[in-house]
Amino acid sequence: MTVRIVDRRQDSKNKSSINRSRFIRRFKGQIRKAVADAIARRGIRDLDNGEKIGIPSRDISEPQFRHSRSGIRENVHPGNDRFLPGDEVDRPLDGGGGQGRGQASKEGEGIDDFVFTLSRDEFLDIFFDELALPNLIKRQLAKIEEYRRVRAGYTHTGVPTNINLIRTMRGATGRRIATVGPQASRLRELQEELEKLLALRPDDDPEVKRLEREIAALRARLGTVPFIDTFDLRYNARIRIPEPSTQAVMFCLMDVSGSMDEGKKQMAKRFFMLLYLFLHRAYEHIEVVFIRHHTAAEEVDEDNFFHSRETGGTIVSSALKLMRDIIQERYMSSVWNIYGAQASDGDNWSDDSPQCRELLSAAILPAVQYFAYIEITDGEPQNLWLEYETVRDFHPDVFAMQRIAEATDIYPVFRELFKKRLV
Amino acid sequence: MGKKPSFASTQSSEWTVEAIEHYDLEIGRVARNYGLDCYRHQLEIITAEQMMDAYASIGMPVYYHHWSFGKHFLETENRYKRGQMGLAYEIVINSDPCIAYLMEENTLAMQALVIAHAAYGHNSFFKGNHLFRQWTSADAIVDYLIFARNYIAECEERHGIDEVERLIDACHALGNLGVDRYKRSPPLSLVKEQLRQKERAEYLQAQVNDLWRTLPRSALAEEPETEHRFPAQPEENLLYFIEKNAPLLEPWQREIVRIVRKINQYFYPQRQTQVMNEGWACFWHYTLLNTLYDEGKLSDGFMFEFLQSHTNVVYQPPYNSPYYSGINPYALGFNLWQDLRRICENPDDEDREWFPDIAGSDWRETLNFAMANFKDESFIAQYLSPRLMRDFRFFAVLDDDSRSKLRINAIHNEQGYRELRQKLSEQYNLGSADPNLQIWNVDLHGDRSLTLRHFTHRRRGLAEASFAALDHLAYLWGFTVRLEQQSPDGEVRLLGERKPERRRRF
Repeated sequence: MTVRIVDRRQDSKNKSSINRSRFIRRFKGQIRKAVADAIARRGIRDLDNGEKIGIPSRDISEPQFRHSRSGIRENVHPGNDRFLPGDEVDRPLDGGGGQGRGQASKEGEGIDDFVFTLSRDEFLDIFFDELALPNLIKRQLAKIEEYRRVRAGYTHTGVPTNINLIRTMRGATGRRIATVGPQASRLRELQEELEKLLALRPDDDPEVKRLEREIAALRARLGTVPFIDTFDLRYNARIRIPEPSTQAVMFCLMDVSGSMDEGKKQMAKRFFMLLYLFLHRAYEHIEVVFIRHHTAAEEVDEDNFFHSRETGGTIVSSALKLMRDIIQERYMSSVWNIYGAQASDGDNWSDDSPQCRELLSAAILPAVQYFAYIEITDGEPQNLWLEYETVRDFHPDVFAMQRIAEATDIYPVFRELFKKRLV
Repeated sequence: MGKKPSFASTQSSEWTVEAIEHYDLEIGRVARNYGLDCYRHQLEIITAEQMMDAYASIGMPVYYHHWSFGKHFLETENRYKRGQMGLAYEIVINSDPCIAYLMEENTLAMQALVIAHAAYGHNSFFKGNHLFRQWTSADAIVDYLIFARNYIAECEERHGIDEVERLIDACHALGNLGVDRYKRSPPLSLVKEQLRQKERAEYLQAQVNDLWRTLPRSALAEEPETEHRFPAQPEENLLYFIEKNAPLLEPWQREIVRIVRKINQYFYPQRQTQVMNEGWACFWHYTLLNTLYDEGKLSDGFMFEFLQSHTNVVYQPPYNSPYYSGINPYALGFNLWQDLRRICENPDDEDREWFPDIAGSDWRETLNFAMANFKDESFIAQYLSPRLMRDFRFFAVLDDDSRSKLRINAIHNEQGYRELRQKLSEQYNLGSADPNLQIWNVDLHGDRSLTLRHFTHRRRGLAEASFAALDHLAYLWGFTVRLEQQSPDGEVRLLGERKPERRRRF
């Protein structure tokens, strides 16, 4: 009777995935907070990875009725190296060591965070949740694009249909030469020696016999060198690359004057991230240009964009001018799809706002696919808003604007954009 | 080729299905020669990920869903990925047929070790030990777990995940105090459970309601109510009491309490026999593979690999080592069984004095008797020899929080042996590891509050987390819950009181 052996390796791997999602569901509050921290830390292009999340252990402990450490306890330990009955020793017994740690983890009351990794999908899910995206959009955004298979050299593993004969045979020949070569020349030597010897001595001479044996052994060894070894096999490799093939540039414009505080910047960051995610889906290659401005505008890297702080007044048109110049300089060719996203708290010099409208209408909007503006404020609309409203009325297809108090207000800015792409 | 490959010549350390079959056959043959009585078994090959899944559900192939299992899974995964721990080589399921998992990345030698350890060692223990015989029904457990998972999933659909999760949280909180320590529970079976479950729900509900009957009482009955406590005898199985008596639980909630309680009960023997069970399995993998080696069927290389894993498993770090985290049950258990065999085969004068009945007896009979009739606590009390105490260099430490220093009470010497043995045995008494809490009274005629009483022993108090557990009890009971503490001199004081959060009514 032989034993029954069942190979379960092909069975489903993720038996625990339900339990895992239950866990995430249960601690959504804490996880959301951790995700918010992570977003503040991340670059806006960095949304394709999971995230390490820490939750205070205390929050996730499972209480039970247990003894405390008080009272009288007696324990037996191994490895006595110095104690006699009646000895009195200081606590703890071993001067810290393993015991303390063991206890802490056993009681589950350690102060360390419980750390685990959210997958990309789980991370995005929480990010979208906060932005109140409609489900259809969520699915569209989270989906990895269609792939195209392209050739990418050769590999050692693969399926028989992909065997590359030329490479395989070349490898086999090389291996045979390398392994057989020295022994073959040794064989030749021995044979010559044998012939010489046979000329001088009889067939049954011990020396002749020895040489014959050696020759036979070498022949046998050479015979075992295989013509083709599994080691020689080469397969055509194919890799998958994302299908969309056009490119886009995304302009992030942000007011960094004194009134834009950290909270407003974080809000703006989510706004830029969402646009980036959308573009990422639609275009293979995306460049991002960061322009910050107060009374003057400059192009900066992402780090400076979000983290430095300036003071002083605000002239919005400076940023729009810079954007226009950069477009003319670098992105004029028709292969570029241009998107603009502007965030501000609505302050602007009154003289400047009409100029902004001019610039947008005349120079920028004709060049871009879409331009979105958010005003992060809870005050009264000011002249910039009013000017932009007229822009919107003239260019409803490519211009969207929204006043924002919470992250959930961001999505409507993109509603038109998403609708257009999804149809 | 065509010939059957010789055992010793299996050079490759990679396993194949044929090789595993072959090893199993040989190990099984030796095991039968030694008279090991096992359930049939089945070997299942799984990946590391599947092993982690199995961890999270206590090794069971099916289990109900709960966030805490997700937490355990993430914990295991983290520690495994960071390389802080290797996965256990094996998980074995106490079912008939007994299922042993083999991890695909183990070498052939490791697979053989696991087969000997789990499929023959643990398996024969499950079949032979009286606790398992009495408490568990190996043929029905998988069916019951399927029933439990389906039932709970159905409840989630009907009553919402939150509601069910809240309930299971509460049951888990009382889990360690939800076992019968002395009575046998009836065997579990899927069909019967399903048939009886509805019946039971209706009947129980009627019973409970009767407790709270609001019919006008006759004047006569009113007088002598002062001395009647309910329950008449204090009840130590909190989950059982809740299942039978909690007034506000719906039938489905009672059933879930019962499921958690039953599953807990099923695992109770494992907790009671950890040292014996692991030791037994180690003893047998060691004995079986050595026998095969003596027969010339295993190569030296195989033995080296096997012995290296074996010594790692049964290593006991001393108390002052950074790796020390209590007594290693594998080490203690393995050495206890080895020593017992030595006492039978090569007793010295000391052994004849301490163990007159078994010194020189037939070791297989003696070991089988010990395996069948003891649990950790009594096994150690009966069989821990002075020599083993010397080998482990055991010593007992008294930790009294009213004194500034620890006191060494006994060490491995002539005066200390008996005391040491008794103390080590006590250390494995589950009854004293968990606090002694009992349902003391229910105020049937007043506010329906429930009183839980903690009987202290050696001034040991309750940890802070106990009050969080008390919240869970209040949730299940539905009315106020009080926690009292009674010291040995009879003095009772109130530790805390919890009112249930507002319950959502349907």
